[in-house]
Amino acid sequence: MAGAALLFCTLARTNLDSFGTVPWLMAAIGLVLMMTAMSLFARGDSRADRLASPILFGLLVVWLWEMLVVGLHVPFVILPPPSAIARAIWRSRSLLQIDFAQTYLHSVVAGYAIGCGAGFLLALAIDRSPFLQRGLTPLGNLISAMPIIGIAPIMVMWFGFGWPSKAAVVVLMTVFPMLVNTRAGLASTDAMERDLMRTFAAGYWQTLLHLRLPAAMPMIFNALKLNSTLALIGAVVAEFFGTPIRGMGFRISTEAARMNLDVVWATITVAAVAGSLSFALIATVERLVTFWHPSLRSPDKA
Amino acid sequence: MRGTGPRMTKGMWSRILPIPTVVLAILILWYAAAIWLNAPRAEALMDPDQPHGFWAVAQACWSMDRPVLPAPDQIVSTLADSIFGYPLSSPRNLLLQAGYTAEAASVGLALGLAFGIALAVGIIHIRTLDRSVMPWVIASQTIPILAIAPMLVVALGVMGITGLTPKATIVAYLTFFPVTVGMVKGFRTPDPLQLDLMRTYSAGRATVFAKLRWPASMAFLFPSLKVAVALAVTGAIVAEMPTGAQVGLGARLLAGSYYGQTIMMWSALVMASLLAVFGLLLVSLAERGLVALRGGRL
Repeated sequence: MAGAALLFCTLARTNLDSFGTVPWLMAAIGLVLMMTAMSLFARGDSRADRLASPILFGLLVVWLWEMLVVGLHVPFVILPPPSAIARAIWRSRSLLQIDFAQTYLHSVVAGYAIGCGAGFLLALAIDRSPFLQRGLTPLGNLISAMPIIGIAPIMVMWFGFGWPSKAAVVVLMTVFPMLVNTRAGLASTDAMERDLMRTFAAGYWQTLLHLRLPAAMPMIFNALKLNSTLALIGAVVAEFFGTPIRGMGFRISTEAARMNLDVVWATITVAAVAGSLSFALIATVERLVTFWHPSLRSPDKA
Repeated sequence: MRGTGPRMTKGMWSRILPIPTVVLAILILWYAAAIWLNAPRAEALMDPDQPHGFWAVAQACWSMDRPVLPAPDQIVSTLADSIFGYPLSSPRNLLLQAGYTAEAASVGLALGLAFGIALAVGIIHIRTLDRSVMPWVIASQTIPILAIAPMLVVALGVMGITGLTPKATIVAYLTFFPVTVGMVKGFRTPDPLQLDLMRTYSAGRATVFAKLRWPASMAFLFPSLKVAVALAVTGAIVAEMPTGAQVGLGARLLAGSYYGQTIMMWSALVMASLLAVFGLLLVSLAERGLVALRGGRL
């Protein structure tokens, strides 16, 4: 793997400046070598092998992107090369930090917490009433299929330009997936298990706490993961409709209009990294909470 | 909203009644919220000298020109007016705008479906692809692609590529993910016994795929498609939102937000929801058709 990394570095350095026949040839050789390495790693089964091939693939994509963009003289407005994006991230790091605080730490975190919490509590509430279940479940399914993002301009009109309006959009986007998934999770225990709880003389709350909530956890984490992406999208899109002069959505729309595409891509990189890290965090917690689930126990997840 | 009724335990009433009851409750809450939100501005518009009761204020709230929250009947009548009140070729006709959005959504969905299935086929047959690409397929969805949508539209617009292509590209990016994940799972559902049986027939990979894996995957295709349809409509609308967009429901939403035309925004939103529901309906119909064709099971 170290060899592959070394090869990658040398190739990346040689190929950027001039594009004659020789660099192209070397690039082709490098490509073949890297793909061979990838297939070698894919055959292995150790932890390092499992990590190596996706990492190599990621490097390959970034490297191909850089080479093709520079080599084929792709216009800057279409796609800046990764090196330019990296420079933009470094150059405007303070700006990106302010945007991140505004969009992520205020709108997303607040909206996500309120939306997921409300969806969960609502699901528990309607769980007690079969009448509400029958009435609300089809509606919940319907609403979670609707383009809720369209409500963003209305929320900006209601709650003003600050972060509360973005948090409101995030709440509306996250509440229904949470509601639907928690409902489905609570319904996933079978009659035999519930009967067993009854033979233990367990009441509603005891059954809920010891049987039904743990059984619902995989579905709840599904919703949490889904919502982590939705929340970021909701906050960024809501900022297109008016915001104080900071925030990721604001940055993307204004810098795109000024053709500073490297800053736009830098913001997107920050968003992608933030999104991936939140996803990874939730997945880690999920692993700790639902360690018993078959999908986490089998070595090769289907 | 009331709880469980006295005789809700059996019969078809217990299945049918809850939905209209909940809808009715939502409508009542909506009208109440409209009074609560609109009252300050509605009262300011009324004649201060003349005394007016609650009913007069309520009626004023429900018939404002630019309400904070329009009443449901205002939205419905605006929607009906914009569909039947203008010729189909007029840009004010919401059906025409919905048509543009539906076009982008369906072309993008077709592209995403084709790419998603092709990727799934590659992933189950080539081990290298499975190991190296699958993590990135999952990671690709943590990127808020909708946030890039307007930029992509602007960037492609500079190159003279406008209209359908950028919108369909965004929709395709959004929709390929559920299709790939669902189909990979679907292609892998045949159990070892079935695969061994195919081997005793000395069936090649292509035959196993066509006769076993593909039919088995259909049960996974339709749930994925339902998710993808919802995503496609959302993607198409957001792709229509950047400045300079002329057509589609997203552009109508944006125009409504610029000019404070709340009723127009709500009717565009309702139209978008109807579009998503219509798409879901089509998928369910196709699913039912296939189930009927296969003699009652998928």
